[in-house]
Amino acid sequence: MLSLCYFARLREQLGCASEQLAWSGTLTLGELRQQLQQRGEPWHSALADVSLRMAVNQQLETDGQRRLADGDEVAFFPPVTGG
Amino acid sequence: MQIQVLTTELKPEDWLPALYRQRPEIGAVVSFLGLVRDINQQAAVTGLLIEHYPGMTERSLTAIAEQAQARWALQDLLIVHRVGLLLPQEPIVLVATASAHRADAFAACEFVMDYLKTQAPFWKKEQRGEQQLWLDARESDELRASRW
Repeated sequence: MLSLCYFARLREQLGCASEQLAWSGTLTLGELRQQLQQRGEPWHSALADVSLRMAVNQQLETDGQRRLADGDEVAFFPPVTGG
Repeated sequence: MQIQVLTTELKPEDWLPALYRQRPEIGAVVSFLGLVRDINQQAAVTGLLIEHYPGMTERSLTAIAEQAQARWALQDLLIVHRVGLLLPQEPIVLVATASAHRADAFAACEFVMDYLKTQAPFWKKEQRGEQQLWLDARESDELRASRW
């Protein structure tokens, strides 16, 4: 099971703040993103954004090849604007 | 090192004295205070909503602070960042660095702010009367962070 969460403008576009996703076999971060896009709109367009940022277990991750493990927390969000 | 995500009013005087009081080894304290502007790109700002990623926020700020401590000779470092709804002119963020001498304190404070603005998971939604607008990240912030 993966814990997914979405923030800011992306959360509003998707109408979803968080979810649990059952999965099996091996899955990379990039594959997860594609899988979510296959849900159709708004997921397809929202997750196609090239500026989209990702985090695995609360650390920024840019490598789409990163293998996910059971229990991982994956977050998707726009570029940050704190400070 | 002190990292705090704050839901109540940020008052620098609540945080700064503790950084250097009864610490004779500290010769320099540099601080940065970020505030909500009431005008942004010619539009009147009536409020600022700051969202964050609980858990990752603290982790990210701690990682930035640790990088600063590894690169510069610091006696202490403070990062306090508001979340929730803020009014114009309210403080958003306080970063303070304490060192024996000013050069390290200045550099570390600027580094922390440049990294915070590009890595820490906060998002600002500007309130402009009835309108609300998510702010976009600025390329200038990425450029500043890349200098380090």
